[in-house]
Amino acid sequence: MPTSRAERLVNLVICLLSSRQYLPAERIRRIVPGYAEAASDEAFSRMFERDKAELRDLGVPLETGRTPGFDAGEGYRIARRDYELPDIDLEPDEAAAVALAARLWDSPQLAGAAHGAVLKLRAAGVEVDPEPSMVVEPRVRATEPALIPLITAVQEGQAVTFVHRRHPAVLPAPRTLEPWGVVSWRGRWYVVGHDRDRSATRCFRVSRIVGPVRTVGPAGAVQRPAGIDLLKVVAGSAGPPPVAHTARLWLSSGRANGLRRYAKVLGSMTVDGVVGDVVTVDLPGHDVATRWIAGLGPDAVVLEPAELADAVRARLAAAAGAVG
Amino acid sequence: MEGVGERLPRLLALVPYLLVRPGVPIEEVAADFSVTVRQLRRDLELLWMCGLPGYGPGDLIDLSFEGDTVTVTFDAGMRRPLRLSRAEATALVVALRALADTPGVADTGSVRRALAKIEAAAGQTDGVVLGLATREEAALATVRDSLDHRRALRIRYYTPSRDTVSERVVDPMRLLLVEGRSYLEAWCRAADEVRLFRLDRIEHVTTLDEPAQPPPHARPADVSAGLFRARPDQQIAVLTLAPDARWVAEYYPIDELIEGEGGTATVRMRYAETDWMVRLVLGLGADVIIRDPPELAAAVAQRALAALRRSSAAAPSQTD
Repeated sequence: MPTSRAERLVNLVICLLSSRQYLPAERIRRIVPGYAEAASDEAFSRMFERDKAELRDLGVPLETGRTPGFDAGEGYRIARRDYELPDIDLEPDEAAAVALAARLWDSPQLAGAAHGAVLKLRAAGVEVDPEPSMVVEPRVRATEPALIPLITAVQEGQAVTFVHRRHPAVLPAPRTLEPWGVVSWRGRWYVVGHDRDRSATRCFRVSRIVGPVRTVGPAGAVQRPAGIDLLKVVAGSAGPPPVAHTARLWLSSGRANGLRRYAKVLGSMTVDGVVGDVVTVDLPGHDVATRWIAGLGPDAVVLEPAELADAVRARLAAAAGAVG
Repeated sequence: MEGVGERLPRLLALVPYLLVRPGVPIEEVAADFSVTVRQLRRDLELLWMCGLPGYGPGDLIDLSFEGDTVTVTFDAGMRRPLRLSRAEATALVVALRALADTPGVADTGSVRRALAKIEAAAGQTDGVVLGLATREEAALATVRDSLDHRRALRIRYYTPSRDTVSERVVDPMRLLLVEGRSYLEAWCRAADEVRLFRLDRIEHVTTLDEPAQPPPHARPADVSAGLFRARPDQQIAVLTLAPDARWVAEYYPIDELIEGEGGTATVRMRYAETDWMVRLVLGLGADVIIRDPPELAAAVAQRALAALRRSSAAAPSQTD
């Protein structure tokens, strides 16, 4: 029966961990079970390259070098101090915090990575409760395809280009950014950094990135300014809330309850034979107010200001004509 | 079949895991590693074939099975788990830091101590910041208090899908912080099921002098796939959104988005209440075209005409 790849890789790790000398590939080929099955030098070479890549992907610190005093040439080993997770001793309340942190993510990659971390902590002797019962449970969604490439670019210190839609209503445009960090704020992800085209600090909503994120230039080229508070940059870029303006409306009795939450009843009035209330209400920006009120149809009528009444009527006329 | 990329980390962690837990039940190991007992046995059989070069009886990893338990008797040098990868350290450290910076979620003292120890072992992680704080919600303090003291609540709650405000008595279960908002998950006595209540839609809340007693079969909802799940009783609307209405596709969950000409987008959107969908579409005016269903288009047009008539009746002096 041929040796499975998983078995070969476990044996390779054990072999390289146990060796103080750098083991040349040829020697590894002879001793680690499975490589003997390679029919040619080329087949072995392909097999070995793939295995090295697999181990490096997992974070196994595979060292390359020559052992002084041996003329065996270039070889491989794994230094135990670089491989092994250092001692870690968590009190039960600290382990509970880790358990909560590990299930914060609603994202296949990040939840998977957190789970992997917990497995290693368990293997280091830490007891992490798989089902902590929490009264308050935060969850962070991180499903935007651009997110993981951006996090990687930030950690590598590499500039990126992407196509981004500044607002849902405008066409997407290409951007080049030196990313300093990725921030989740009020349930949305942003990437913050130095926008090369504008020569200024900018943040971009990750969900509005269209298509792939590509790295440009070498790793380590991006320098984050010292002491910058990324969360503050994002929170500050939200802009001031729209100016509220007051309107006087007629609302049909017992209807328009969403709007009534913000309204004060001034009196009652009958319109078109329907009993209702006259209310005053502070509304957000003109567009939002128009949309809310038009959405209520015959249950709401704007009494003043006239501009709002006209805007609502225009919108209703458009909706009435859309099928007629 | 599972790829080696998923299996290898488990195989490398298993021997150290077993070393610190002599005689652990196999079922417990499988649960800890989130695999079936069958898969775990296959993993142990594989490890049994692995060991130090030489691969003789004294070189191979040795396991002893007693009943349904397992013990490592020779570890072949696999004494400690591999260090956390950068992705693993990032996922854990970023989450811990967010919990440490958000009062009222977990005990921040424990979180800070755990964070310091994890960072000492895994290294620092920069560049990813999670702000868990939600918008300010008036009901938060009372809801938190009811959870801590297990008290039932009477709430006045606004339901946007039906545009109604109703009073109900609920048995609080937990507080969810999702996508920048807080939700109370509670047993709703009127609905006789577990419901989520968005805190900024709770108009008034009173703590009752009776204990919170969700029935034993009340289970927290699985929110891992988002708060809003497709339900069979929902209808589907197909809408073409002008650029100025594309925010709809960002704000509400949609099933599908097809880019159209001039920056328009055609979306498939689920809805439970026709009245709610009529309000949304009516408010968008000329920025939306209803492709389907025709009854929705008819309802919108009819409401729009009725609204225009009423508007004229309210201001008879105005003429068009």
